[in-house]
Amino acid sequence: MSDQVTFTIDGVEIRAARGKKILEAAEEAGIYIPRLCWAKALTPGGACRLCTVLVNGRPLAACTQPVADGLTVQNDVPEIREWRKQILEMLFAEGNHFCMACEKSGVCALQAMAYRHGIAAPRYPFRFPKRSVDASHPDVLIDHDRCILCTLCVRASREADGKGVFGVIGRGPKTRIGVNAEGGLGATELAAVDRAASICPVGAILKKRVGFAVPVGQRFYDERPIGLDTETAAISEGR
Amino acid sequence: MYRFLQELVGEAASRVCHVRTRLLDLVRDVQAVHGCVPADAIDRIADELGEPRVVVEGAITFYAFLSKTPTGRHVIRLSECPSCRSPHGHLTAAALERELGIGFGAVTPDGAIGLQRTACIGLCDQGPAALVSGVNGRPIAHFTADRVEDVVRAIRDGTLRQTGSFDDVRDSIRHSGDVVLTPMVSGAGLRRARAMTPEAVIAEVKNARLRGRGGAGFPTGSKWEFVRRAGGSEKVVICNADEGEPGTFKDRAILHEVPETLFEGMAIAGYAIGASRGIVYLRGEYEWMRDGLERTLRTLRKKGVLGENAGDKPGFSFDVRIQVGAGAYVCGEESALIASLEGKRGAPMDRPPFPVERGYLGMPTSVNNVETFCCVARILEKGSTWFASMGTGPSTGTKLFSVSGDCSRPGVYEFEFGLRLRDFLEKVGAENAAAVLVGGPSGLFVGPTGFDRRLGFEDLATGGAMMVFGPNRDLLEVASDFMHFFVEESCGWCTPCRVGNVLLKERLDRIRLGQGVPGDLAYLEELGAMVKKTSRCGLGQTSPNPVLTTLQDFRHLYETRLRNDDGLVPAFDLGEALAESARVQGHNPIFHEDP
Repeated sequence: MSDQVTFTIDGVEIRAARGKKILEAAEEAGIYIPRLCWAKALTPGGACRLCTVLVNGRPLAACTQPVADGLTVQNDVPEIREWRKQILEMLFAEGNHFCMACEKSGVCALQAMAYRHGIAAPRYPFRFPKRSVDASHPDVLIDHDRCILCTLCVRASREADGKGVFGVIGRGPKTRIGVNAEGGLGATELAAVDRAASICPVGAILKKRVGFAVPVGQRFYDERPIGLDTETAAISEGR
Repeated sequence: MYRFLQELVGEAASRVCHVRTRLLDLVRDVQAVHGCVPADAIDRIADELGEPRVVVEGAITFYAFLSKTPTGRHVIRLSECPSCRSPHGHLTAAALERELGIGFGAVTPDGAIGLQRTACIGLCDQGPAALVSGVNGRPIAHFTADRVEDVVRAIRDGTLRQTGSFDDVRDSIRHSGDVVLTPMVSGAGLRRARAMTPEAVIAEVKNARLRGRGGAGFPTGSKWEFVRRAGGSEKVVICNADEGEPGTFKDRAILHEVPETLFEGMAIAGYAIGASRGIVYLRGEYEWMRDGLERTLRTLRKKGVLGENAGDKPGFSFDVRIQVGAGAYVCGEESALIASLEGKRGAPMDRPPFPVERGYLGMPTSVNNVETFCCVARILEKGSTWFASMGTGPSTGTKLFSVSGDCSRPGVYEFEFGLRLRDFLEKVGAENAAAVLVGGPSGLFVGPTGFDRRLGFEDLATGGAMMVFGPNRDLLEVASDFMHFFVEESCGWCTPCRVGNVLLKERLDRIRLGQGVPGDLAYLEELGAMVKKTSRCGLGQTSPNPVLTTLQDFRHLYETRLRNDDGLVPAFDLGEALAESARVQGHNPIFHEDP
């Protein structure tokens, strides 16, 4: 059995190491599969479902599904683009997201992803949930209003920081990110330099005293729409 | 109190030998004695098990029967399932509120009794029904309003029987078939299996063409073959007795009437796949049956069906332990069930790996339904030809059905596969049915036009829940109740299921209350289709069904409630709206397409 497999994404033939997940193999080949809950070197979460692709016609999460010889993967097709818009709109409707006042505006993956998918406003009614802010930590705060439950903080703390500061608690619509102390974030061993303190793709986990530092127009996604890095890397390397 | 709680946790931790994966037993113990698992207890549990506290808290807050805040020394949990609710359920609810002087979700001022609603508790054929915590989750069946005063008094007096007796619950088996509900010669199936090679046992099950009875219908023999061939020396047999699909109670009948057949089937599975360990995951709602099952296990050990040298032959040992759940429908999904058994949140896992490769504690694991194991025991006793002669080509043998709702003979029925729905309805006394929910809320609503369809994997596949609705039922209200169920039972991990079910219910209710507009039907269809396609596990992949299948078969019920009167159109085609002005002005507007 060869350790390389060949498959296609939207008709483009790709070779990848056996066992690699579709999303990562695509990334290396310069094909961007939209996602919010994935980060390199962390266990994939399969939570946001934005990376859903059709694998031989079956919808599966590209971040958890391994490549295999001869797979036909559909990524950038109308049906899936529509699902992705729906997922993004669900996330906006579920939480309390006020982009205009958010420190993460311009650096927020949810916002950037909405732009990429041409979303002006969600079709779904806002839920306006009542959620809390935990500012008990001297350097980091967590605002649950803006949390999309991607669980990147949970995995980063456990896997990259070796700490387990965050966890998932509750169930169903009451699911939320919990911290490893009854007394709140300030009673945990979270440090500002931890990966978990900076991995949040939205404005839920924020470092204190550093908001709004970059002027509008020069923020990260102002210059590089989300996904472009992956796509241009492939072009510059002649792939 | 504080000191008591610390001691309580310490003792409970000792009972599970401080093993991390036995978290569920530990917290269940604390909850049962203390009425909740407060923050102090969580700290101590985390210490005792060497787990981060947020992991312990995550597990506790996942299960409906566990709570961080006081729920009362006894909690009365009244089923809110549609077949329990009407026609008398709301009267029981009102009588309980009056008798206790509190509303649902509250606790009496003395902390003695809490009142809660709960999802289906598997007593649909004898509702209204409730469970009482603190007395082994004792069930109260036929819980009519006139019994409320007596039951509450018995709880306060401590005279509600401690044992899970069956005096309240009548095991309404209406029709026994030849396979499952007919008692077998104890040990005969296992003895015959032990005379064969494990491969031959698997071949026998394959020849019988047995398919999983939980509803999905995966071929049992193939599943066992995967597990047998998977690497690793230790393998595990798990019995999924977490029948949480509203309207399902056929496993209750098996667990009470023919548990020996079940355990023998598990032992045969153990022999076939090479496992010495079996675990029954018993849904929290069935805690009251635990003592009886333990007694049966002791009997079978004495008889030599279980334990060392099981099946009267040296060299093969197989034993079973019972794990009681804590109220989570999603744990019926096999990877969630395994996670729950390992003491984690009962959330489904990503596949691959599949449980047959890496399941419980990383071991290759076969998870099979209660009824499937019973079929196995009978196949080995009487032969695959005998079994395959019943039913239809793709669906061999018999199937148990849990029948509830608007019919004159609710209860458990065992029929051969292939029965026409119309004939089925006649047998259960539901000739006037307006709709049948086949397979529970994750299945489909079938109207009279579908009554000639047949029950079997090739047509109407079902785990066995058959809920009948008469012409006077409001099906949209029923669908709304079930959407509420899925909202509550979603594990919350993935976006489409966590958010989508809430949105589906919101729009369904809007229509139900006469506030819907024509575009809402397409909205529901698009949203429901997307939730099914993009959700991570079987829950979200089926949860829109109450809406989608009623929209399909009972569309008129929606259409007659839509508002068409105010002339407001919530969505429109911009191009069409501007076409006239574009024509007059003589230039064409440019529409930017979505990127």
